[in-house]
Amino acid sequence: MTVKTFASDPSSTGGRGEVMSGQTVTPRPIAMRDAFLERVWRAMADDGDIYFTCADFGSPVLDRIRGQFPDRFANVGIAEQNLINVSAGLAVEGFKVFAYAIAPFITMRCFEQIRVNLALLSKVRPINVNLIGVGAGYSYVVSGPTHQCYEDLTVMRALPNVAIYSPADHVTAAALFDPCLANPGAKYLRLDAQVLPVVYRSQPPDLAHGFNVLRAGGRVCLIATGFMVHTALKVAEQLAQAGITVDVIDFFDLSGFDAAGLRRQLTPYAGLVSLEEGFRGRGGLDALLFDFSARHRLQARMLNLGVEGDYRFELGTRDQLHEQVGIGLNAALRSVREFVQAVEP
Amino acid sequence: MSSEDELIRDSEASRLCDKAQWVWRETLRVHRRAPETRLASSLSAVEIFVALYYGGVLRFDPAEPLAAERDRCIISKGHGSICMYPILADLGFFPRIELERVCQAGGILGGIPDPVIPGYETVNGSLGHGLGVATGIALGLKGRRSDRSVFVVTGDGELHEGANWEAIMFASHHQLDRLNLVVDNNGVSMLGHTDDIVAHDSLPDRLQAFGWECHEVDGHDVVSVREALLAMKAQVAGKPKALIAHTRKGNGVPGLEDEDLCHVMNPKPELIDRLLGEES
Repeated sequence: MTVKTFASDPSSTGGRGEVMSGQTVTPRPIAMRDAFLERVWRAMADDGDIYFTCADFGSPVLDRIRGQFPDRFANVGIAEQNLINVSAGLAVEGFKVFAYAIAPFITMRCFEQIRVNLALLSKVRPINVNLIGVGAGYSYVVSGPTHQCYEDLTVMRALPNVAIYSPADHVTAAALFDPCLANPGAKYLRLDAQVLPVVYRSQPPDLAHGFNVLRAGGRVCLIATGFMVHTALKVAEQLAQAGITVDVIDFFDLSGFDAAGLRRQLTPYAGLVSLEEGFRGRGGLDALLFDFSARHRLQARMLNLGVEGDYRFELGTRDQLHEQVGIGLNAALRSVREFVQAVEP
Repeated sequence: MSSEDELIRDSEASRLCDKAQWVWRETLRVHRRAPETRLASSLSAVEIFVALYYGGVLRFDPAEPLAAERDRCIISKGHGSICMYPILADLGFFPRIELERVCQAGGILGGIPDPVIPGYETVNGSLGHGLGVATGIALGLKGRRSDRSVFVVTGDGELHEGANWEAIMFASHHQLDRLNLVVDNNGVSMLGHTDDIVAHDSLPDRLQAFGWECHEVDGHDVVSVREALLAMKAQVAGKPKALIAHTRKGNGVPGLEDEDLCHVMNPKPELIDRLLGEES
């Protein structure tokens, strides 16, 4: 079978051979998916138990996977329910499966297949299935609300035994391949569709913690995930110029994080701010932090920044759309500044 | 055929018929003790499972239910497979005592079977999942160059679930010729006859149009079902295969057979006792 290669994609700067090799980090930003798939591709050469499935969704690196490993690659077509079912079947036969599709479709089109054939099944059969979803939040900017994804953290968090990873840069995304390959169970990796700036220039964050402190020293901490880590860093930087110190935590493992470490980290703060590219108040990162805070009796006041209101069809840049729903840089800056003043008048 | 062969064949046929009768009776007994179980859809499938498990169709090892050498049998019709409980107990997958505590705390046999039961492969009950997962299993076995077969038993009602048809397209495209679908075509789902709900007109034609080999059989003639299953298993020629077993929901129970709402009907204990010849 001849495989026609993926057309050059403006969302990917993915220079071939320019990505990751093991834990060596390239500082040049590339698409998260290409960084992750590069790890999969390299591992497939040595590990005959890795199987790759997709729902008619590609990438430049995927061309190499389907070209070199046609016996361990299956495109099920535009059929996410079958993507999950076939992946579950492969997994009970001992394959470590990476299933790849657009984020809202691989989580919500086939949610009951995930529940029954991954979450429930993994309680009785050892399986390793990794759902790789591309298109977190507003990253498919002009494609509108069908392709944008503001509910996935909520619905996936409802499954108690599914791991959820939400990296902020391609370095973290690539590093997360290691736990995906090594750990059994079902996992969901939420990747941005755009090329985001590099957060980790020298080495990836310590994956065992599940979170990483990027700025420290203040009494208020911004806890962000995915794209919003970059917004949080900009907010902190601008406030610093005005003489206000706020800390920033990159929260990239929303299920298996080091709870004791997070409690120690968060206990001293007077205020915590959650930032997510998902609906506010509907069970995402904000709910996770409310629950964590109550469970561990944290005293800090809480501010939640997430998508306000409901679905919108307006067009605009990602920044413009973010401003409209309360999570843009300016909106976040205003909200955080007011919150800091209220917490520490 | 020599007369000796005929004798062996007749004794095999009579053994299967006796087993089917025994399983039918044991299924009634299970239901009498645990009326939460679904009886009608379990009775339509008795001969299918007897042929699979006693007819030499499936390779299995009750001492090692997940042995690599087994044929995989995915029982997609969830609660419509209570007749598997006596079969698996009889074959030694678990102690017979479990049949006494179906749906009871501490038991392993629920109103809907779960794969905590030795002999069950995957999670079903929510309908329309088995065929897709079985397709993935068949793809995985093909990838491992295995010659093991995969059987999946569905009802006809659950074929309304669209995910089945995603799997049906996928299986023929990938020439999964060790994948065998058995449809317990009892013609009735929960709220009435399937044909009155959303008809599966000419199901064999539909499957053939999707690239499947498809045959039909009287699903209550256990000898014919066994022959059809063996023939289906032996045919490995680039196509997935289906056997449409025409059955009666609630088979053998007066007042239940083929009734519109038989899926949710429970025969009175006195009727079950009379059918079993166990009136007190």
